[in-house]
Amino acid sequence: MAEKILMKGNEAIGEAAICAGCRYYFGYPITPQSELIAYMAKKLLKMKDASFVQAESELAAINMVYGAASTGVRVMTSSSSPGISLMQEGISYIACSEVPCVVVNMMRGGPGLGDIQPAQGDYFQATKGGGHGDYHLIVLAPSSVQELVDLTMDAFDLADKYRNPAMILGDGLLGQMMEAVEFKERPKVDLPSKESWTLVGCKGRKPHWIVPFNLNPSVLEKMNLVINEKYKKLKEHEVRYESINIENADLIIVAYGTVARIVKTVIQKAKKEGINIGLIRPITLFPFPEKIISKTAERIKKFLVVEMSLGQMIEDVKLAVNGKAEVNFYGRCGGIIPTPIEILKELNKYL
Amino acid sequence: MAKIIIDQERCKGCELCIPACPKHIIIMSENFNKKGYYPAEQINPEECTGCAFCALTCPDVAIEVYK
Amino acid sequence: MKKVFGRPESLTETPFTYCPGCHHGIAHRLVAEVLDEFGVRENTIGVCPVGCSVFAYLFFNCDMICAAHGRAPAIATGIKRSKPDSIVFTYQGDGDLASIGTAEIVHAANRGENITVIFINNAIYGMTGGQMAPTTLVGQVTQTSPYGRDPKTMGYPIKMAEMLSTLKSATYISRVALNKPSNIIKAKKSIKKAFQIQLEGKGFSMVEILSTCPTNWGLSPIEASKWLEENMIPYYPLGEFRTPEEVA
Ligand SMILES: Cc1ncc(C[n+]2csc(CCOP(=O)(O)OP(=O)(O)O)c2C)c(N)n1
Ligand code: SF4
Ligand code: SF4
Ligand code: SF4
Ligand SMILES: [Mg+2]
Repeated sequence: MAEKILMKGNEAIGEAAICAGCRYYFGYPITPQSELIAYMAKKLLKMKDASFVQAESELAAINMVYGAASTGVRVMTSSSSPGISLMQEGISYIACSEVPCVVVNMMRGGPGLGDIQPAQGDYFQATKGGGHGDYHLIVLAPSSVQELVDLTMDAFDLADKYRNPAMILGDGLLGQMMEAVEFKERPKVDLPSKESWTLVGCKGRKPHWIVPFNLNPSVLEKMNLVINEKYKKLKEHEVRYESINIENADLIIVAYGTVARIVKTVIQKAKKEGINIGLIRPITLFPFPEKIISKTAERIKKFLVVEMSLGQMIEDVKLAVNGKAEVNFYGRCGGIIPTPIEILKELNKYL
Repeated sequence: MAKIIIDQERCKGCELCIPACPKHIIIMSENFNKKGYYPAEQINPEECTGCAFCALTCPDVAIEVYK
Repeated sequence: MKKVFGRPESLTETPFTYCPGCHHGIAHRLVAEVLDEFGVRENTIGVCPVGCSVFAYLFFNCDMICAAHGRAPAIATGIKRSKPDSIVFTYQGDGDLASIGTAEIVHAANRGENITVIFINNAIYGMTGGQMAPTTLVGQVTQTSPYGRDPKTMGYPIKMAEMLSTLKSATYISRVALNKPSNIIKAKKSIKKAFQIQLEGKGFSMVEILSTCPTNWGLSPIEASKWLEENMIPYYPLGEFRTPEEVA
């Protein structure tokens, strides 16, 4: 059994990826994820049957990922907000081609060059597609270093299982945070064979094509529908969330990632004041845990969504609540992390 | 002894093989093919040397050469 | 009698979708012949671009992937890095390689990626209906240079082969043309050399191929080949700009 070691979030992602069998990494430096690219360089450049390339841009990096993924290997890239924007073209191609890969976004303040402090302003981009066309990523939102590790490993499995790009959506704070982590031995999961589609040379078979287009609208529509079936399956089988105290809370907070950590402190503080707060923390942002939110909204009539943005996930919460409860919002942005006291003050308004 | 076979259906009638032939024995047909192109055809086949210049030049790989 | 010239095995039976007389077809055949001659078809992965040759996956009888516009060298990098024993080539137009994909080609060459790049310079954007390419000649009329390319505001045509040959890690760089049999024979030799270099693990190779686009040049295929000879070759000299010997 693995022992606990103290690790920085960004490096923990790197080690988790390697544990998951990822030997190929292509990326471009950007704060606040630079420790991750450095970690991959340090490890992969010394490994056999492995490759690390510092690409000329994020555009190139994601296309290197596309190329490597098409040969069937486990491959990852990472960046932070502006770099992820540059990757959107490639991600759309990868989703259309149905090749699996893992993309890490340690979000920072935006828009534009923004700043280098933690933020959650890329929720829309991550969960709604991000690039052009009808597609989604599998989006996982860790809220501790241990979860960065576990979800990174899960991301590779999910990507392979659904032949779809998966994203780890963290933020600068999680990446910089030091926590004790454990690289647990994982039960072996049955994953589909990649043999039927990978590009490895056509010896003894017909050539394989990876073609992210079709000029015939009815064929392209069918391609879209096939991909859409995967999203339905994801919604059915892969939704994950954490819930705390949602049975008879006075108010439910919905928050993910770093903000959810802070909300846990808020719950303790509120308890001392005699206020009963519940938390629903989506772990998968796509597929979004709409059922639990919808069910909870039948009993509890007050919701507060807290984000490090000006209100993005709230749209999904409102869709899930569907008018059954009142949904309020509190957010900070630009790299400001909301404090427990602020949030406490805010939720008092609604009680 | 040499001969060429021009695949009349692959030919797009681009005429590039005509100046390529040092023996000037390729001309354009007067009948069009299924795609509506007037394909190339050979005249005076006994003069063909099998140099394959016509085939080398053909963008549609419509010419086979035998020797 | 024996067949001395026919369809290479590395081409599928699918008829090309290119316009009559378009040199893309000749370039395809030459690449396929080289793959046949090295016996590497079953170990080859090709990357097609966005441009008229976006359909190249239908024509090359090997594993193929379609890149986003300009990104083929990055994709080829990912493939070659994860499958170093395979033969990897990109096939790119001049809009693809010399405009939107300049960063990708320069850095693939600069890293000395062990891939082969087939670069079709037809001085125009073929697929989108004849707009100016970075390689469009001075004075050449296109949809987006309707009064002729004016170097004052549009710059001079980019010489990619020369530019890339300044990079120390580019092992083999040449420019060839397909306007007549003698040049086609030379082009084939050069393409063969480029793949040979990859097979020997010697690094980056690129063959720039001067080609016609009769449709968007508004010329017959024969006139287009002549125009290429009279206008393109004087500006884009043929030859080898970088050979393995120089690399030491
Ligand atoms: C990102 C992006 N921008 C623009 C286009 C539109 N487009 C398709 S092909 C092309 C030009 C291709 O020209 P070239 O690379 O010279 O190839 P050719 O057709 O001449 O062989 C353009 C601009 C696109 N598909 N993607
Ligand atoms: S093989 Fe040579 S001589 Fe014969 S038709 Fe072709 S070009 Fe002419
Ligand atoms: S070069 Fe080929 S396609 Fe063109 S006319 Fe001759 S046979 Fe036909
Ligand atoms: S448009 Fe030009 S480049 Fe494209 S197939 Fe036609 S002739 Fe060739
Ligand atoms: Mg072009």
